[in-house]
Amino acid sequence: MEPILKVTDLSKSFSRAGKNEFFAVDHVSFEVMPGEILGIVGESGSGKSTIAKLITRQIDATTGTIEIDGQDITKLTGRQLIPVYAKVQMVFQTPAGSFDPRRTLGDGICESLRNKGISKVEREAKARGLLEQCGLSSEFLERYPHQVSGGQCQRAAIARALMCDPRILIFDEATSALDVTVQKQIIELLQQLQREKKLAYLFICHNLALVQQFCDKVLVLYDGKIVEYGLPDDVILYPQSEYARRLVDAIF
Amino acid sequence: MAVLLDYQHVEISFNGNAVVHDVSFQLHPGEILGLVGESGSGKSTLVKAAMGLLGSSGMVTRGDIWFEGKNLPDLSDNEMRHICGEKIGMIFQDCGASLSPIRTIGEQIMESMAAHRKVDVAAAKATAMELFDKLHFKDGERVWNSYPFELSGGMNQRAGIAIAMLMNPVILMADEPTSALDVAVQRQVVEEMLNVRKVFGTAIIIVTHDIGVVSAMADSILVLQEGHVMEYGKAKDVLENPQNAYTKKLLSAVPRLRRERL
Repeated sequence: MEPILKVTDLSKSFSRAGKNEFFAVDHVSFEVMPGEILGIVGESGSGKSTIAKLITRQIDATTGTIEIDGQDITKLTGRQLIPVYAKVQMVFQTPAGSFDPRRTLGDGICESLRNKGISKVEREAKARGLLEQCGLSSEFLERYPHQVSGGQCQRAAIARALMCDPRILIFDEATSALDVTVQKQIIELLQQLQREKKLAYLFICHNLALVQQFCDKVLVLYDGKIVEYGLPDDVILYPQSEYARRLVDAIF
Repeated sequence: MAVLLDYQHVEISFNGNAVVHDVSFQLHPGEILGLVGESGSGKSTLVKAAMGLLGSSGMVTRGDIWFEGKNLPDLSDNEMRHICGEKIGMIFQDCGASLSPIRTIGEQIMESMAAHRKVDVAAAKATAMELFDKLHFKDGERVWNSYPFELSGGMNQRAGIAIAMLMNPVILMADEPTSALDVAVQRQVVEEMLNVRKVFGTAIIIVTHDIGVVSAMADSILVLQEGHVMEYGKAKDVLENPQNAYTKKLLSAVPRLRRERL
């Protein structure tokens, strides 16, 4: 089986006046197989979100390559990226902030299909179906982001990400801003969707306990470098790096 | 044992709508009480009510909050000034943001001491250094001379705790003091607060949604949901043997690190 996402020797550096180059992401390599859940953990500033931005091409890599479904996307630009975004979608930390406050959730959810020229009837039917799968009734299409709770908004954001039938979803701290009982519901939803649609997830999270419960593999980042990469139980029970050991010890 | 702070049937309303209903609890000297609940449960509001921080739209509409023989919601601003900061200290979620960005920590320490009593720089600095020492700050001199942006998030939080402890208050209110911090730094701040209690005997009310933090600190726990008390008791009892359906649901939703193979 071919990996759905393959990252090889990926770096992002920033040059600083009078100082050495700063590597936010420092030569990392990993892959995600179809249907696999890979967790990325690390403290603030370790480069977790930069990796997500590199993979979704919001910023350009300094070195290395990113392959999605066998295609090298590292240097693609503009229109060339449109078919790539049909395969990779992202869910953000603050759901309300990821929707346009002046437009309904339905507008936001349907936008990708509208851009593809799919008819209103068709795209709304699909949105209703996905909202229902995500545990929301179709009346949420008419709601504005400020009219729904954080958990409901995150469900809508997941439905939005699923509209173009992606193969891999990237979650950047997607449950961190939610209450624990809501977080649990969202995780259950993600598990169910993963089973039904054979989706792969890249799950960026600072909560090691959640990663242990939810992910097939985990990657620990420190100062932009991979310090651990393996099965969650191996990493948590037998951490090899000093940093991972400290991280595990610090958890209450 | 003497009761330090006594909430009796407290109801708090914003613009006439009650958001906290009939909450009663007692804080004893040296006790650490955890107020636990999800967003909107009223946990911060309860603490703010004692500090007079409800703003113009909020007020205590029923019940009393007794401290040293006085009902806090009845006091004038002038009387509150002698209690807030001096007898009841407070720290917030992001101390870096509640400190002034254009003054050094030292200048802000001076300012907050001068608000309560006459001090000169040398005496203030001596007091602060002694306090920094008790709180095991590695380089107190550097902290004193630093601007908040020159310190890490965790160090700002510890500086915030130090500033709150300057007047040696009998109660420290901590509103989500660890929520904005990385895990390893969270532990440092929790240990800092435990150290404060050990050294000064301060009673602490910690408001948090983080069950891990309360289980590491609290002697007693009060669980809130939508402004109602769900459960109140010894920390061990509430965490290990919850009686209330909501408490059970909350505790079971918390992901816990498994340190053994299944």
